[in-house]
Amino acid sequence: MRCFIGIDLGSTTTKAVVMDENTQLLGRGITNSRSNYDTAAAVSKQEALIDTRLTLFRRGLSAVPEVSGKVDSILADLERNFRHVQFLEQLDDLEQTCVRNVKGPRYVGKETGVNTALAEVFKQLRQSSHALFQPGARRKSDFFRDLAGSDFMQFGEPVARDAGLPFDLLVNVYDKSIIEVENRPPAGDMEGKFLRALEKASGSGDIDSASVVKPVKDALAIPLEETYVVGTGYGRVRLPFPKEHIRSEILCHGLGAHMMYPDTRTVLDIGGQDTKGIQVDPQGIVENFQMNDRCAAGCGRYLGYIADEMNMGLHELGPLAMKSNKTVRINSTCTVFAGAELRDRLALGEKREDILAGLHRSIILRAMSILSRAGGVKDQFTFTGGVAKNEAAVRELRKLIKENYGDVTININPDSIYTGALGGATFAVRAVVN
Amino acid sequence: MSEAIKEKSMLLQKDMISRNYEAITSKHETGRKVASTFVPGNLNELLMCFDIVNNLPEINAIQNGMRKVSGNYILEAEKHGHSEDVCTYVKADIGMMGKGNIAPNGKPFPNPDVLLLSYTGCYTFMKWFELLREQYKCPTLMLHVPYEGDGHSTKNMRDYIVKQLKEVVIPGLEQVSGVKFDIDRLRQYLKNSAKAEDGLVWCLEQGKIKPSPIDAYFGGVYYIGPMFTAFRGTPESIVYYEELMKEVQARIDNKLGPVTPDGTPFNDQKYRLVVEGPPNWTNFREFWKMFYDEGAVVVASSYTKVGGMYDLGFRHDPDHPLETLADYCLGCYTNRNLPTRVDILAKYVEEYEADGLLINSIKSCNSFSAGQLMIMKEVEKRTGKPGAFIESDLVDPRYFSAANIKNRLESYFQMIEQKRRGTGKAA
Repeated sequence: MRCFIGIDLGSTTTKAVVMDENTQLLGRGITNSRSNYDTAAAVSKQEALIDTRLTLFRRGLSAVPEVSGKVDSILADLERNFRHVQFLEQLDDLEQTCVRNVKGPRYVGKETGVNTALAEVFKQLRQSSHALFQPGARRKSDFFRDLAGSDFMQFGEPVARDAGLPFDLLVNVYDKSIIEVENRPPAGDMEGKFLRALEKASGSGDIDSASVVKPVKDALAIPLEETYVVGTGYGRVRLPFPKEHIRSEILCHGLGAHMMYPDTRTVLDIGGQDTKGIQVDPQGIVENFQMNDRCAAGCGRYLGYIADEMNMGLHELGPLAMKSNKTVRINSTCTVFAGAELRDRLALGEKREDILAGLHRSIILRAMSILSRAGGVKDQFTFTGGVAKNEAAVRELRKLIKENYGDVTININPDSIYTGALGGATFAVRAVVN
Repeated sequence: MSEAIKEKSMLLQKDMISRNYEAITSKHETGRKVASTFVPGNLNELLMCFDIVNNLPEINAIQNGMRKVSGNYILEAEKHGHSEDVCTYVKADIGMMGKGNIAPNGKPFPNPDVLLLSYTGCYTFMKWFELLREQYKCPTLMLHVPYEGDGHSTKNMRDYIVKQLKEVVIPGLEQVSGVKFDIDRLRQYLKNSAKAEDGLVWCLEQGKIKPSPIDAYFGGVYYIGPMFTAFRGTPESIVYYEELMKEVQARIDNKLGPVTPDGTPFNDQKYRLVVEGPPNWTNFREFWKMFYDEGAVVVASSYTKVGGMYDLGFRHDPDHPLETLADYCLGCYTNRNLPTRVDILAKYVEEYEADGLLINSIKSCNSFSAGQLMIMKEVEKRTGKPGAFIESDLVDPRYFSAANIKNRLESYFQMIEQKRRGTGKAA
């Protein structure tokens, strides 16, 4: 089948969306941008294609009366097993890379000891991975780096101690190897992995093979043809495709917001390093836009610095700010001065939640200024980007929109992180189909 | 980057500029007097009547921007207490003094003998010359040009300027130079000016042709060079514009676009723009490339009018020498009010069949950047063509964010494309 793909290479994460020719969403994928846009684009695309396969399985299984009502759990089992197969494959790659990296003056005379220790650590990693991919298991992250890394440290230390080796020898070889593995293009053979996952799931009794295998195999047999790919986002020039396949993220965000909410006329996107106010017409075509200049004051990255300064997680900021019932006035949204401003307020005895509420308000005030420069807020208004997930920012935004523009429908989609990629995929369809 | 490819007219101009810097820096040997003055309201013909060499601090700042030395000069000025928000032409000039005041020819700038301040709309000029007066302790002649706040000039305004010329400027220049004013000499220079002005206007108007044989912004800064600086009224400037006209005509004959710094004619013109605001000088070539790489040619600009709006019909008139200088100063783009700027830009969008108006708003230019968003929205409304807004600076390299500007420009061009193809189609 023909697949139309949009890839949004952001400064923090890279997103991909796959669509069919009727602009029906088939799959989505996300990965960290890891300063290597080529790999990030390939990985996010593969993730979106994996998600597409799952959509096709769902379509196939929905026609099988025997599995009626069980499709969700079947798909969850299949994906869980698929992820496990994929994890084990990456683990093999990591082990081989580690073994290759046991060299240099620090390892002279210790090669055998280190290799033996590595073999033991990876054996334990493989064993523990079964628990990681058990039904109902909670994983701390979906990224291989995070999962393999924390277990490697946990198992590595006692193994090194028992072998009489300094632990940092293992850490060193791991650090070097994980970067190589992460920057390698993703391994192919997605269909083969799904088949292995299917066998595994059937073998373990997770899946009733008789009624499931055929529709899944049929869905796997559908070739996914990459008909047209459109790239957007800050890293778009690094994408290995011709110039006509590259679209500005402003246009992609405008069209993506239109696809999510067709009555959207104004879009606000607060991303990692920029804030954009966009006006779109009833077809999702951009009519006007304004964005911040070279300074990233008041963007997502600013909240990142604040979180670091307060020794908190980024996602904890919003909830803490929600506890405030008094707003501290913060004048500067300058990222560079963020720490100074914060410490100044703390020194004055202000409460953390009140300061945070003030910070969120100042970010939104800045966004309001960009919106007014772009021609104001029209009904409907769609808010996208990472900051749209922050409840304190959203609360301030709602308040200020009401004060300044009255009753306006405000759309915030939980999947708004994919807005740019969605717009890109829509452009891809339009480029071929229209 | 490789050496920029230059046309014959550009080489002629380069030679003229070099000779002027030589004339300035050799004043102690030649005994000639030097005046510092500004581009808008530049009274070059009058200065020539007193054998005074014309030194333009803005042009020095531009030269230093393009030679990538302005950044250090600005830091030097900031060290002396000039804030980050001050006009960077001023800071580049003040910083250059702090670093030995070396001219682009490598020789030290001598102190000017007189500061001639034609005030034409930019209030920073006054503050700038206060600083220079403090530094050089030389006479300052102020020509106050009334602002066209109502959108037009009056006889009173003209008389007021002529009176100042007669009572303050001319006697002052006589005193500084020791040369008696000769109005017939002024008439001759003004005749030369009018001839060269015809040439400039002809060239700028060729932007109406498709494909445009000129770039009226990036190329335009070269076309206006002699007219706006120390050469208006000289026979060399007539020769320059004759040469420039020949080059433009040759491109028209061969259906070629303007020559880019890479040396190739820019023929694949997809977007025709009108631009408001000066270019960025520190990254001039990089900035220009962002346009021609995407197929955008500038067909008209307001920046090429800051030293005189000849395209609206004004010519220096040898029959009314002092009155014509007054009219010239009154009509500079910087001396026009916001509604007039809107009228002019909307007219350009229509007459040059442009796809829209792009504004390059200058961060450190408080007097000229004010109101530009309103201008953009008004022009959009009147012409129905989309506008766009980018921000950079004159000569402060810290204010040029290539990724941000490129992002906005590409979005704008794709937006034009999308609108052109109509709704429901891919851009």
